[in-house]
Amino acid sequence: MATVSTAAHRRARAGRPVGAVPTALLLLGALYCLFPVCWVLIAATKSPGELFSTATLSFGTGFLDNVAELFAYRDGVFWLWAGNTLLYAGGGALLSTAVSAVSGYTLAKYRFPGRDAIFNLLIGGILVPAVVLAIPQYLLFSKIGLADSHWAVLLPQILHPYSIYLARIYAAAAIPDSLLEAGRIDGAGEWRLMSRVAMPLMVPGMVTIFLFQFVAIWNNFLLPFIMLGDDGKFPLTVGLYTLLAAGANQPALYNLILTGALLSIVPLIALFLTMQRYWKTDLSSGAVK
Amino acid sequence: MKRSGRGAWPYLFLTPAITLFTLFLAVPIGYTVYLAMLRTKVSGLGLGKGARREVFVGFDNFAAALADAELWSGWLRVLGYGALVLAVMLGLALLFALLLDSARVRLARFTRIAIFLPYAVPGVAATLLWGFLYLPSLSPIRDVLDVDFLGATTVTYSMANVAVWGGVGFNMLVLYTTLRAIPRDLYEAARLDGASEFQIAVRVKIPILTPAIILTTVFSIIATVQVFTEPTTLRPLSNTISSTWSPLMKVYRDAFVTGDLYSAAATSIVIAAISLVLSFGFLRVVRNRAFGEG
Repeated sequence: MATVSTAAHRRARAGRPVGAVPTALLLLGALYCLFPVCWVLIAATKSPGELFSTATLSFGTGFLDNVAELFAYRDGVFWLWAGNTLLYAGGGALLSTAVSAVSGYTLAKYRFPGRDAIFNLLIGGILVPAVVLAIPQYLLFSKIGLADSHWAVLLPQILHPYSIYLARIYAAAAIPDSLLEAGRIDGAGEWRLMSRVAMPLMVPGMVTIFLFQFVAIWNNFLLPFIMLGDDGKFPLTVGLYTLLAAGANQPALYNLILTGALLSIVPLIALFLTMQRYWKTDLSSGAVK
Repeated sequence: MKRSGRGAWPYLFLTPAITLFTLFLAVPIGYTVYLAMLRTKVSGLGLGKGARREVFVGFDNFAAALADAELWSGWLRVLGYGALVLAVMLGLALLFALLLDSARVRLARFTRIAIFLPYAVPGVAATLLWGFLYLPSLSPIRDVLDVDFLGATTVTYSMANVAVWGGVGFNMLVLYTTLRAIPRDLYEAARLDGASEFQIAVRVKIPILTPAIILTTVFSIIATVQVFTEPTTLRPLSNTISSTWSPLMKVYRDAFVTGDLYSAAATSIVIAAISLVLSFGFLRVVRNRAFGEG
Protein backbone atom coordinates (compact mmCIF):
# COMPACT_ATOMS: atom_id res chain seq x y z
CA MET A 1 0.00 0.00 0.00
CA ALA A 2 1.05 3.57 -0.40
CA THR A 3 3.27 4.53 2.43
CA VAL A 4 3.95 8.07 1.35
CA SER A 5 3.53 10.08 4.50
CA THR A 6 5.20 13.43 4.55
CA ALA A 7 5.07 16.11 7.16
CA ALA A 8 2.74 18.06 4.90
CA HIS A 9 0.27 15.19 4.96
CA ARG A 10 0.27 15.02 8.70
CA ARG A 11 -0.23 18.72 9.05
CA ALA A 12 -3.11 18.59 6.61
CA ARG A 13 -4.64 15.71 8.55
CA ALA A 14 -4.38 17.36 11.92
CA GLY A 15 -5.70 20.74 10.84
CA ARG A 16 -9.25 19.98 9.81
CA PRO A 17 -12.25 18.49 11.61
CA VAL A 18 -13.10 14.88 11.02
CA GLY A 19 -15.94 14.32 8.59
CA ALA A 20 -18.55 11.95 9.97
CA VAL A 21 -20.12 11.11 6.62
CA PRO A 22 -16.88 10.16 4.79
CA THR A 23 -15.79 8.04 7.76
CA ALA A 24 -19.19 6.33 7.90
CA LEU A 25 -19.11 5.60 4.16
CA LEU A 26 -15.67 4.04 4.41
CA LEU A 27 -16.73 1.98 7.41
CA LEU A 28 -19.73 0.70 5.44
CA GLY A 29 -17.36 -0.30 2.65
CA ALA A 30 -15.09 -2.05 5.12
CA LEU A 31 -18.06 -3.87 6.65
CA TYR A 32 -19.21 -5.04 3.21
CA CYS A 33 -15.73 -6.33 2.39
CA LEU A 34 -15.14 -8.05 5.73
CA PHE A 35 -18.60 -9.57 6.10
CA PRO A 36 -18.19 -12.78 3.99
CA VAL A 37 -14.74 -13.43 5.45
CA CYS A 38 -16.00 -13.07 9.03
CA TRP A 39 -19.01 -15.19 8.20
CA VAL A 40 -16.93 -18.10 6.87
CA LEU A 41 -14.62 -17.77 9.87
CA ILE A 42 -17.61 -18.40 12.11
CA ALA A 43 -19.39 -20.89 9.87
CA ALA A 44 -16.29 -23.10 9.64
CA THR A 45 -16.37 -23.59 13.41
CA LYS A 46 -19.78 -25.20 13.28
CA SER A 47 -20.53 -28.89 13.12
CA PRO A 48 -22.93 -29.97 10.34
CA GLY A 49 -25.81 -29.88 12.84
CA GLU A 50 -24.95 -26.47 14.24
CA LEU A 51 -24.55 -24.95 10.78
CA PHE A 52 -28.28 -24.99 10.16
CA SER A 53 -29.56 -24.61 13.70
CA THR A 54 -27.46 -22.05 15.61
CA ALA A 55 -27.44 -18.29 15.21
CA THR A 56 -25.35 -17.07 12.31
CA LEU A 57 -22.93 -15.05 14.36
CA SER A 58 -22.28 -17.47 17.20
CA PHE A 59 -19.24 -19.70 17.05
CA GLY A 60 -19.77 -23.45 16.92
CA THR A 61 -17.85 -26.27 18.51
CA GLY A 62 -16.86 -28.31 15.49
CA PHE A 63 -13.84 -26.50 14.02
CA LEU A 64 -11.23 -29.13 14.84
CA ASP A 65 -13.56 -31.91 13.73
CA ASN A 66 -14.17 -30.07 10.46
CA VAL A 67 -10.44 -29.65 9.85
CA ALA A 68 -9.77 -33.29 10.69
CA GLU A 69 -12.61 -34.39 8.43
CA LEU A 70 -11.33 -32.17 5.60
CA PHE A 71 -7.81 -33.56 5.88
CA ALA A 72 -9.19 -37.09 5.90
CA TYR A 73 -11.38 -36.40 2.86
CA ARG A 74 -10.40 -38.81 0.07
CA ASP A 75 -7.13 -39.81 1.76
CA GLY A 76 -5.97 -36.25 2.37
CA VAL A 77 -6.35 -34.86 -1.14
CA PHE A 78 -6.76 -31.38 0.37
CA TRP A 79 -3.10 -31.47 1.47
CA LEU A 80 -2.09 -32.25 -2.09
CA TRP A 81 -4.11 -29.32 -3.38
CA ALA A 82 -2.49 -26.99 -0.88
CA GLY A 83 0.98 -28.28 -1.76
CA ASN A 84 0.29 -27.95 -5.48
CA THR A 85 -0.95 -24.39 -5.05
CA LEU A 86 2.20 -23.50 -3.14
CA LEU A 87 4.31 -25.03 -5.89
CA TYR A 88 2.44 -23.27 -8.70
CA ALA A 89 2.20 -19.91 -6.98
CA GLY A 90 5.60 -19.92 -5.27
CA GLY A 91 7.63 -21.41 -8.11
CA GLY A 92 5.73 -19.56 -10.80
CA ALA A 93 5.98 -16.19 -9.08
CA LEU A 94 9.69 -16.67 -8.37
CA LEU A 95 10.52 -17.49 -11.99
CA SER A 96 8.19 -14.79 -13.22
CA THR A 97 9.84 -12.17 -11.02
CA ALA A 98 13.31 -13.15 -12.19
CA VAL A 99 12.34 -12.99 -15.88
CA SER A 100 10.47 -9.70 -15.41
CA ALA A 101 13.28 -8.03 -13.46
CA VAL A 102 16.00 -8.93 -15.96
CA SER A 103 13.80 -7.95 -18.91
CA GLY A 104 12.67 -4.70 -17.28
CA TYR A 105 16.27 -3.77 -16.44
CA THR A 106 17.42 -4.50 -19.99
CA LEU A 107 14.60 -2.52 -21.57
CA ALA A 108 15.16 0.44 -19.25
CA LYS A 109 18.94 0.63 -19.25
CA TYR A 110 20.16 -0.48 -22.68
CA ARG A 111 19.61 1.08 -26.04
CA PHE A 112 19.78 -1.42 -28.88
CA PRO A 113 18.17 -2.01 -32.25
CA GLY A 114 14.71 -3.52 -31.87
CA ARG A 115 14.26 -2.44 -28.26
CA ASP A 116 10.98 -0.62 -28.78
CA ALA A 117 9.64 -3.35 -31.04
CA ILE A 118 10.44 -6.03 -28.46
CA PHE A 119 8.90 -3.95 -25.68
CA ASN A 120 5.72 -3.26 -27.63
CA LEU A 121 5.42 -6.91 -28.53
CA LEU A 122 5.86 -8.09 -24.94
CA ILE A 123 3.50 -5.41 -23.60
CA GLY A 124 0.93 -6.30 -26.25
CA GLY A 125 0.65 -9.56 -24.34
CA ILE A 126 -1.30 -7.70 -21.63
CA LEU A 127 -4.12 -7.33 -24.09
CA VAL A 128 -4.33 -10.98 -25.09
CA PRO A 129 -7.20 -12.49 -23.15
CA ALA A 130 -6.47 -15.79 -21.42
CA VAL A 131 -9.27 -17.35 -23.43
CA VAL A 132 -7.38 -17.37 -26.75
CA LEU A 133 -4.41 -18.98 -25.06
CA ALA A 134 -5.84 -21.60 -22.75
CA ILE A 135 -7.27 -23.99 -25.33
CA PRO A 136 -4.33 -24.01 -27.78
CA GLN A 137 -1.94 -24.21 -24.84
CA TYR A 138 -3.82 -27.29 -23.71
CA LEU A 139 -3.69 -28.83 -27.18
CA LEU A 140 -0.01 -28.06 -27.61
CA PHE A 141 0.82 -29.49 -24.19
CA SER A 142 -1.19 -32.59 -25.11
CA LYS A 143 0.88 -33.02 -28.27
CA ILE A 144 4.09 -33.21 -26.28
CA GLY A 145 2.41 -35.36 -23.63
CA LEU A 146 2.61 -32.74 -20.88
CA ALA A 147 -1.05 -31.76 -20.47
CA ASP A 148 -2.25 -32.89 -17.06
CA SER A 149 1.22 -32.37 -15.59
CA HIS A 150 2.52 -29.79 -13.13
CA TRP A 151 4.50 -28.20 -15.98
CA ALA A 152 1.33 -27.41 -17.90
CA VAL A 153 0.17 -25.10 -15.11
CA LEU A 154 3.57 -23.73 -14.12
CA LEU A 155 5.18 -22.82 -17.44
CA PRO A 156 2.46 -20.71 -19.14
CA GLN A 157 2.25 -18.43 -16.08
CA ILE A 158 5.90 -17.37 -15.98
CA LEU A 159 5.70 -14.70 -18.65
CA HIS A 160 3.69 -11.83 -17.28
CA PRO A 161 3.77 -8.73 -19.49
CA TYR A 162 2.45 -6.35 -16.87
CA SER A 163 5.27 -7.35 -14.51
CA ILE A 164 7.81 -6.56 -17.22
CA TYR A 165 6.17 -3.17 -17.62
CA LEU A 166 6.38 -2.56 -13.85
CA ALA A 167 9.97 -3.79 -13.71
CA ARG A 168 10.96 -1.43 -16.49
CA ILE A 169 9.47 1.55 -14.67
CA TYR A 170 11.14 0.47 -11.46
CA ALA A 171 14.54 -0.09 -13.07
CA ALA A 172 14.38 3.29 -14.79
CA ALA A 173 13.78 5.01 -11.45
CA ALA A 174 15.91 2.90 -9.09
CA ILE A 175 19.14 2.30 -11.00
CA PRO A 176 21.25 5.42 -11.67
CA ASP A 177 23.01 5.37 -15.04
CA SER A 178 26.08 6.83 -13.35
CA LEU A 179 26.42 3.75 -11.18
CA LEU A 180 26.45 1.48 -14.22
CA GLU A 181 28.94 3.75 -15.95
CA ALA A 182 31.20 3.71 -12.91
CA GLY A 183 31.01 -0.06 -12.87
CA ARG A 184 31.98 -0.21 -16.52
CA ILE A 185 34.94 2.10 -15.96
CA ASP A 186 36.04 -0.23 -13.16
CA GLY A 187 35.96 -3.01 -15.71
CA ALA A 188 32.85 -4.91 -14.62
CA GLY A 189 31.21 -6.99 -17.33
CA GLU A 190 27.55 -6.65 -18.29
CA TRP A 191 26.57 -9.88 -16.53
CA ARG A 192 28.24 -8.74 -13.35
CA LEU A 193 26.59 -5.33 -13.57
CA MET A 194 23.21 -6.97 -13.97
CA SER A 195 23.59 -9.54 -11.20
CA ARG A 196 25.62 -7.56 -8.66
CA VAL A 197 24.58 -3.94 -9.22
CA ALA A 198 21.17 -3.78 -10.87
CA MET A 199 19.34 -6.73 -9.32
CA PRO A 200 20.09 -5.82 -5.67
CA LEU A 201 18.77 -2.30 -6.31
CA MET A 202 15.59 -3.77 -7.76
CA VAL A 203 14.75 -6.00 -4.79
CA PRO A 204 11.94 -3.85 -3.33
CA GLY A 205 10.24 -3.67 -6.72
CA MET A 206 10.77 -7.38 -7.20
CA VAL A 207 9.00 -8.14 -3.91
CA THR A 208 5.95 -6.23 -5.16
CA ILE A 209 6.03 -8.04 -8.50
CA PHE A 210 6.41 -11.37 -6.71
CA LEU A 211 3.42 -10.69 -4.46
CA PHE A 212 1.10 -9.70 -7.29
CA GLN A 213 2.15 -12.71 -9.35
CA PHE A 214 1.85 -15.04 -6.37
CA VAL A 215 -1.74 -13.90 -5.77
CA ALA A 216 -2.59 -14.04 -9.49
CA ILE A 217 -1.37 -17.64 -9.82
CA TRP A 218 -2.86 -18.69 -6.48
CA ASN A 219 -6.23 -17.33 -7.64
CA ASN A 220 -6.09 -18.66 -11.21
CA PHE A 221 -8.89 -21.05 -12.02
CA LEU A 222 -9.25 -21.25 -15.81
CA LEU A 223 -5.80 -22.57 -16.72
CA PRO A 224 -5.57 -25.46 -14.22
CA PHE A 225 -9.26 -26.21 -14.79
CA ILE A 226 -8.56 -26.73 -18.48
CA MET A 227 -5.14 -28.36 -18.20
CA LEU A 228 -5.62 -30.88 -15.43
CA GLY A 229 -7.66 -34.04 -15.21
CA ASP A 230 -5.95 -35.81 -12.33
CA ASP A 231 -7.21 -34.31 -9.08
CA GLY A 232 -3.90 -35.09 -7.38
CA LYS A 233 -2.40 -32.21 -9.36
CA PHE A 234 -5.19 -29.70 -8.75
CA PRO A 235 -4.51 -26.40 -7.04
CA LEU A 236 -6.88 -25.32 -4.25
CA THR A 237 -9.14 -23.31 -6.57
CA VAL A 238 -9.98 -26.26 -8.81
CA GLY A 239 -10.10 -28.58 -5.79
CA LEU A 240 -12.61 -26.32 -4.06
CA TYR A 241 -14.69 -26.19 -7.21
CA THR A 242 -14.86 -30.00 -7.42
CA LEU A 243 -15.68 -30.14 -3.72
CA LEU A 244 -18.54 -27.70 -4.28
CA ALA A 245 -19.74 -29.49 -7.42
CA ALA A 246 -19.81 -32.77 -5.48
CA GLY A 247 -21.35 -31.37 -2.31
CA ALA A 248 -23.76 -28.65 -3.44
CA ASN A 249 -26.70 -30.98 -3.11
CA GLN A 250 -25.51 -32.60 0.11
CA PRO A 251 -25.85 -30.16 3.02
CA ALA A 252 -23.90 -32.69 5.12
CA LEU A 253 -20.81 -31.69 3.14
CA TYR A 254 -21.27 -27.94 3.56
CA ASN A 255 -19.10 -27.73 6.66
CA LEU A 256 -16.29 -29.43 4.73
CA ILE A 257 -16.60 -26.98 1.83
CA LEU A 258 -16.70 -23.97 4.15
CA THR A 259 -13.67 -25.15 6.10
CA GLY A 260 -11.82 -25.75 2.83
CA ALA A 261 -12.69 -22.24 1.64
CA LEU A 262 -11.48 -20.73 4.90
CA LEU A 263 -8.19 -22.64 4.90
CA SER A 264 -7.52 -21.68 1.29
CA ILE A 265 -7.82 -17.96 1.96
CA VAL A 266 -5.99 -17.80 5.30
CA PRO A 267 -2.43 -18.02 3.85
CA LEU A 268 -3.09 -15.24 1.36
CA ILE A 269 -4.66 -12.96 3.95
CA ALA A 270 -1.68 -13.57 6.22
CA LEU A 271 0.76 -12.78 3.42
CA PHE A 272 -1.24 -9.72 2.64
CA LEU A 273 -1.32 -8.36 6.18
CA THR A 274 2.36 -9.02 6.89
CA MET A 275 3.66 -7.56 3.63
CA GLN A 276 1.61 -4.34 3.80
CA ARG A 277 4.25 -1.95 2.58
CA TYR A 278 4.96 -3.83 -0.63
CA TRP A 279 1.39 -3.75 -1.89
CA LYS A 280 1.56 -0.77 -4.17
CA THR A 281 0.65 -0.34 -7.75
CA ASP A 282 2.83 2.56 -8.78
CA LEU A 283 6.43 1.44 -8.72
CA SER A 284 7.83 4.70 -10.03
CA SER A 285 6.91 6.71 -6.94
CA GLY A 286 8.51 4.48 -4.34
CA ALA A 287 11.80 3.98 -6.06
CA VAL A 288 13.60 7.28 -6.02
CA LYS A 289 12.82 8.37 -2.47
CA MET B 1 21.04 5.72 -21.39
CA LYS B 2 23.63 7.79 -23.12
CA ARG B 3 25.71 4.94 -24.39
CA SER B 4 24.28 2.74 -27.07
CA GLY B 5 24.39 -1.05 -27.44
CA ARG B 6 26.52 -3.44 -25.45
CA GLY B 7 26.83 -6.06 -28.14
CA ALA B 8 24.73 -9.15 -27.66
CA TRP B 9 24.07 -8.69 -23.93
CA PRO B 10 20.66 -6.99 -24.15
CA TYR B 11 19.42 -9.73 -26.44
CA LEU B 12 20.84 -12.39 -24.16
CA PHE B 13 19.09 -10.84 -21.15
CA LEU B 14 15.81 -10.78 -23.07
CA THR B 15 16.09 -14.36 -24.31
CA PRO B 16 14.01 -15.93 -21.51
CA ALA B 17 11.15 -13.46 -21.99
CA ILE B 18 11.21 -13.77 -25.77
CA THR B 19 11.35 -17.57 -25.61
CA LEU B 20 8.40 -17.71 -23.22
CA PHE B 21 6.54 -15.18 -25.35
CA THR B 22 7.05 -17.31 -28.45
CA LEU B 23 6.14 -20.63 -26.83
CA PHE B 24 3.21 -19.61 -24.69
CA LEU B 25 1.80 -16.60 -26.51
CA ALA B 26 2.74 -16.37 -30.18
CA VAL B 27 2.52 -20.07 -31.04
CA PRO B 28 -0.81 -20.64 -29.22
CA ILE B 29 -2.31 -17.56 -30.88
CA GLY B 30 -1.17 -18.74 -34.29
CA TYR B 31 -2.50 -22.19 -33.55
CA THR B 32 -5.90 -20.78 -32.53
CA VAL B 33 -6.15 -18.82 -35.77
CA TYR B 34 -5.22 -21.96 -37.71
CA LEU B 35 -7.80 -24.10 -35.87
CA ALA B 36 -10.47 -21.46 -36.34
CA MET B 37 -10.21 -21.89 -40.09
CA LEU B 38 -10.68 -25.64 -40.11
CA ARG B 39 -13.66 -27.90 -39.80
CA THR B 40 -14.12 -31.64 -39.64
CA LYS B 41 -15.66 -32.95 -42.79
CA VAL B 42 -17.47 -36.24 -42.52
CA SER B 43 -17.95 -38.28 -45.64
CA GLY B 44 -20.33 -41.21 -45.90
CA LEU B 45 -21.37 -42.48 -42.49
CA GLY B 46 -18.27 -41.11 -40.85
CA LEU B 47 -16.95 -44.59 -40.23
CA GLY B 48 -13.59 -46.02 -41.12
CA LYS B 49 -10.29 -44.45 -41.93
CA GLY B 50 -10.33 -41.24 -43.89
CA ALA B 51 -14.03 -40.67 -43.42
CA ARG B 52 -13.34 -37.73 -41.12
CA ARG B 53 -10.98 -35.12 -42.49
CA GLU B 54 -9.97 -31.65 -41.47
CA VAL B 55 -10.79 -29.23 -44.24
CA PHE B 56 -9.96 -25.56 -44.63
CA VAL B 57 -13.09 -23.44 -44.48
CA GLY B 58 -11.68 -19.92 -44.22
CA PHE B 59 -13.95 -17.62 -42.27
CA ASP B 60 -16.95 -19.93 -42.08
CA ASN B 61 -16.47 -20.64 -38.37
CA PHE B 62 -16.32 -16.92 -37.61
CA ALA B 63 -19.51 -16.39 -39.57
CA ALA B 64 -21.12 -19.22 -37.64
CA ALA B 65 -19.92 -17.75 -34.33
CA LEU B 66 -21.36 -14.36 -35.25
CA ALA B 67 -24.67 -15.92 -36.22
CA ASP B 68 -24.94 -18.15 -33.16
CA ALA B 69 -28.05 -17.20 -31.18
CA GLU B 70 -26.82 -18.93 -28.03
CA LEU B 71 -23.65 -16.90 -28.15
CA TRP B 72 -25.56 -13.69 -28.70
CA SER B 73 -27.69 -14.25 -25.65
CA GLY B 74 -24.44 -14.91 -23.78
CA TRP B 75 -23.09 -11.58 -25.01
CA LEU B 76 -26.23 -9.79 -23.91
CA ARG B 77 -26.03 -11.33 -20.44
CA VAL B 78 -22.37 -10.40 -20.12
CA LEU B 79 -23.06 -6.90 -21.44
CA GLY B 80 -25.66 -6.31 -18.74
CA TYR B 81 -23.53 -7.94 -16.08
CA GLY B 82 -20.39 -6.12 -17.22
CA ALA B 83 -22.02 -2.68 -17.34
CA LEU B 84 -23.29 -3.21 -13.80
CA VAL B 85 -19.95 -4.47 -12.49
CA LEU B 86 -17.92 -1.72 -14.16
CA ALA B 87 -20.20 1.10 -13.03
CA VAL B 88 -20.59 -0.04 -9.43
CA MET B 89 -17.07 -1.38 -8.91
CA LEU B 90 -15.22 1.57 -10.42
CA GLY B 91 -17.66 4.07 -8.94
CA LEU B 92 -17.11 2.68 -5.45
CA ALA B 93 -13.35 2.40 -6.02
CA LEU B 94 -13.21 6.07 -7.02
CA LEU B 95 -15.40 7.12 -4.10
CA PHE B 96 -13.33 5.19 -1.55
CA ALA B 97 -10.03 6.43 -3.00
CA LEU B 98 -11.21 10.06 -2.84
CA LEU B 99 -12.56 9.64 0.70
CA LEU B 100 -9.31 8.04 1.88
CA ASP B 101 -7.30 10.81 0.30
CA SER B 102 -9.33 13.60 1.83
CA ALA B 103 -7.69 14.50 5.10
CA ARG B 104 -10.84 14.27 7.14
CA VAL B 105 -11.50 10.59 7.81
CA ARG B 106 -10.92 8.47 10.89
CA LEU B 107 -9.74 4.87 10.74
CA ALA B 108 -8.35 5.43 7.25
CA ARG B 109 -5.73 2.71 7.60
CA PHE B 110 -8.18 0.10 8.88
CA THR B 111 -10.80 0.78 6.21
CA ARG B 112 -8.18 0.82 3.44
CA ILE B 113 -6.87 -2.58 4.46
CA ALA B 114 -10.37 -4.00 4.95
CA ILE B 115 -11.55 -2.87 1.52
CA PHE B 116 -8.43 -4.27 -0.16
CA LEU B 117 -8.72 -7.60 1.68
CA PRO B 118 -11.05 -9.38 -0.81
CA TYR B 119 -8.26 -9.08 -3.38
CA ALA B 120 -6.56 -11.88 -1.43
CA VAL B 121 -9.59 -14.15 -1.84
CA PRO B 122 -9.56 -16.32 -4.99
CA GLY B 123 -12.55 -15.89 -7.31
CA VAL B 124 -13.62 -19.47 -6.67
CA ALA B 125 -13.58 -18.96 -2.91
CA ALA B 126 -15.32 -15.58 -3.18
CA THR B 127 -18.09 -17.07 -5.32
CA LEU B 128 -18.39 -19.98 -2.94
CA LEU B 129 -18.70 -17.72 0.11
CA TRP B 130 -21.29 -15.49 -1.49
CA GLY B 131 -23.02 -18.51 -3.01
CA PHE B 132 -23.54 -19.94 0.47
CA LEU B 133 -24.62 -16.53 1.71
CA TYR B 134 -27.30 -16.58 -0.99
CA LEU B 135 -28.65 -19.98 0.11
CA PRO B 136 -31.90 -19.72 2.08
CA SER B 137 -30.87 -22.45 4.53
CA LEU B 138 -27.62 -20.72 5.55
CA SER B 139 -27.86 -17.07 4.80
CA PRO B 140 -28.05 -14.47 7.56
CA ILE B 141 -28.99 -12.02 4.79
CA ARG B 142 -32.08 -14.05 3.94
CA ASP B 143 -33.26 -13.64 7.53
CA VAL B 144 -33.50 -9.92 6.96
CA LEU B 145 -34.14 -9.64 3.24
CA ASP B 146 -36.60 -12.01 1.65
CA VAL B 147 -35.17 -12.15 -1.85
CA ASP B 148 -34.34 -15.21 -3.93
CA PHE B 149 -30.77 -14.30 -4.84
CA LEU B 150 -30.40 -17.20 -7.24
CA GLY B 151 -33.57 -16.64 -9.28
CA ALA B 152 -33.58 -16.20 -13.04
CA THR B 153 -33.27 -12.42 -13.00
CA THR B 154 -31.62 -11.86 -9.63
CA VAL B 155 -28.71 -14.22 -10.31
CA THR B 156 -27.04 -11.65 -12.58
CA TYR B 157 -27.06 -9.10 -9.77
CA SER B 158 -25.83 -11.69 -7.30
CA MET B 159 -22.95 -12.55 -9.59
CA ALA B 160 -22.15 -8.89 -10.20
CA ASN B 161 -22.00 -8.46 -6.42
CA VAL B 162 -19.29 -11.14 -6.20
CA ALA B 163 -17.23 -9.40 -8.90
CA VAL B 164 -17.67 -5.97 -7.30
CA TRP B 165 -16.70 -7.36 -3.90
CA GLY B 166 -13.57 -8.97 -5.30
CA GLY B 167 -12.50 -6.06 -7.51
CA VAL B 168 -13.29 -2.84 -5.70
CA GLY B 169 -10.23 -2.97 -3.42
CA PHE B 170 -7.63 -3.42 -6.12
CA ASN B 171 -9.04 -0.60 -8.23
CA MET B 172 -9.31 1.61 -5.19
CA LEU B 173 -5.64 0.97 -4.46
CA VAL B 174 -4.58 1.91 -8.00
CA LEU B 175 -6.50 5.18 -7.81
CA TYR B 176 -5.46 5.93 -4.24
CA THR B 177 -1.77 5.37 -5.04
CA THR B 178 -2.07 7.80 -7.94
CA LEU B 179 -3.71 10.38 -5.67
CA ARG B 180 -0.94 10.10 -3.06
CA ALA B 181 1.67 10.92 -5.69
CA ILE B 182 0.12 14.35 -6.36
CA PRO B 183 1.91 17.21 -4.59
CA ARG B 184 -0.24 18.51 -1.72
CA ASP B 185 0.55 22.14 -2.57
CA LEU B 186 -1.89 21.88 -5.43
CA TYR B 187 -4.78 21.42 -3.00
CA GLU B 188 -3.53 24.09 -0.64
CA ALA B 189 -3.65 26.59 -3.48
CA ALA B 190 -7.22 25.55 -4.28
CA ARG B 191 -8.18 25.81 -0.60
CA LEU B 192 -6.77 29.30 -0.34
CA ASP B 193 -8.97 30.19 -3.27
CA GLY B 194 -11.92 29.04 -1.18
CA ALA B 195 -12.60 25.66 -2.80
CA SER B 196 -14.37 23.06 -0.65
CA GLU B 197 -13.13 19.45 -0.29
CA PHE B 198 -15.87 18.36 -2.66
CA GLN B 199 -14.92 20.96 -5.27
CA ILE B 200 -11.27 19.95 -4.99
CA ALA B 201 -12.23 16.31 -5.53
CA VAL B 202 -14.32 17.05 -8.60
CA ARG B 203 -12.31 19.88 -10.18
CA VAL B 204 -8.75 18.90 -9.29
CA LYS B 205 -8.44 15.26 -8.31
CA ILE B 206 -10.72 13.57 -10.82
CA PRO B 207 -9.08 15.24 -13.84
CA ILE B 208 -5.65 14.16 -12.57
CA LEU B 209 -6.99 10.64 -12.01
CA THR B 210 -8.41 10.32 -15.51
CA PRO B 211 -5.55 8.25 -17.01
CA ALA B 212 -5.64 5.89 -14.02
CA ILE B 213 -9.41 5.59 -14.32
CA ILE B 214 -9.11 4.73 -18.02
CA LEU B 215 -6.42 2.18 -17.18
CA THR B 216 -8.50 0.43 -14.53
CA THR B 217 -11.55 0.58 -16.79
CA VAL B 218 -9.78 -1.11 -19.67
CA PHE B 219 -8.36 -3.83 -17.41
CA SER B 220 -11.82 -4.38 -15.96
CA ILE B 221 -13.37 -4.59 -19.43
CA ILE B 222 -10.84 -7.23 -20.51
CA ALA B 223 -11.56 -9.24 -17.36
CA THR B 224 -15.33 -8.86 -17.61
CA VAL B 225 -15.59 -9.82 -21.27
CA GLN B 226 -14.09 -13.20 -20.39
CA VAL B 227 -16.02 -13.84 -17.19
CA PHE B 228 -15.86 -17.55 -16.41
CA THR B 229 -14.95 -18.38 -12.82
CA GLU B 230 -17.95 -16.80 -11.09
CA PRO B 231 -20.76 -18.29 -13.21
CA THR B 232 -18.99 -21.66 -13.38
CA THR B 233 -18.56 -21.82 -9.61
CA LEU B 234 -22.09 -20.62 -8.92
CA ARG B 235 -23.64 -23.20 -11.27
CA PRO B 236 -23.71 -26.08 -8.76
CA LEU B 237 -25.75 -23.86 -6.41
CA SER B 238 -28.25 -22.53 -8.91
CA ASN B 239 -30.14 -24.10 -11.77
CA THR B 240 -30.68 -20.73 -13.46
CA ILE B 241 -27.15 -20.55 -14.90
CA SER B 242 -26.82 -22.41 -18.18
CA SER B 243 -23.61 -24.03 -19.35
CA THR B 244 -23.35 -21.26 -21.96
CA TRP B 245 -24.15 -18.37 -19.64
CA SER B 246 -21.09 -16.38 -20.75
CA PRO B 247 -19.28 -16.54 -24.13
CA LEU B 248 -16.21 -18.07 -22.51
CA MET B 249 -18.32 -20.80 -20.94
CA LYS B 250 -19.60 -21.58 -24.43
CA VAL B 251 -16.01 -21.81 -25.67
CA TYR B 252 -15.21 -24.21 -22.85
CA ARG B 253 -18.25 -26.34 -23.61
CA ASP B 254 -17.53 -26.41 -27.34
CA ALA B 255 -13.91 -27.38 -26.78
CA PHE B 256 -14.15 -29.88 -23.96
CA VAL B 257 -17.71 -31.15 -23.76
CA THR B 258 -18.97 -31.30 -27.33
CA GLY B 259 -15.46 -31.54 -28.76
CA ASP B 260 -15.87 -28.91 -31.47
CA LEU B 261 -12.44 -27.30 -31.22
CA TYR B 262 -12.83 -25.32 -34.41
CA SER B 263 -15.91 -23.42 -33.24
CA ALA B 264 -14.28 -22.91 -29.86
CA ALA B 265 -11.20 -21.42 -31.51
CA ALA B 266 -13.27 -19.10 -33.69
CA THR B 267 -15.39 -17.94 -30.76
CA SER B 268 -12.36 -17.28 -28.59
CA ILE B 269 -10.90 -15.12 -31.35
CA VAL B 270 -14.14 -13.16 -31.53
CA ILE B 271 -13.94 -12.61 -27.75
CA ALA B 272 -10.31 -11.53 -28.08
CA ALA B 273 -11.14 -9.18 -30.94
CA ILE B 274 -13.81 -7.48 -28.87
CA SER B 275 -11.35 -7.05 -25.99
CA LEU B 276 -8.72 -5.70 -28.37
CA VAL B 277 -11.04 -3.14 -29.89
CA LEU B 278 -11.90 -1.95 -26.39
CA SER B 279 -8.24 -1.79 -25.46
CA PHE B 280 -7.02 0.62 -28.14
CA GLY B 281 -7.34 3.55 -25.78
CA PHE B 282 -5.32 1.67 -23.20
CA LEU B 283 -2.09 1.51 -25.20
CA ARG B 284 -2.25 5.24 -25.67
CA VAL B 285 -2.59 5.73 -21.94
CA VAL B 286 0.36 3.45 -21.19
CA ARG B 287 2.55 5.34 -23.62
CA ASN B 288 1.61 8.77 -22.33
CA ARG B 289 1.87 7.74 -18.73
CA ALA B 290 5.26 6.19 -18.36
CA PHE B 291 7.27 6.03 -21.50
CA GLY B 292 7.79 9.59 -22.48
CA GLU B 293 11.32 8.91 -21.22
CA GLY B 294 12.24 7.02 -24.45
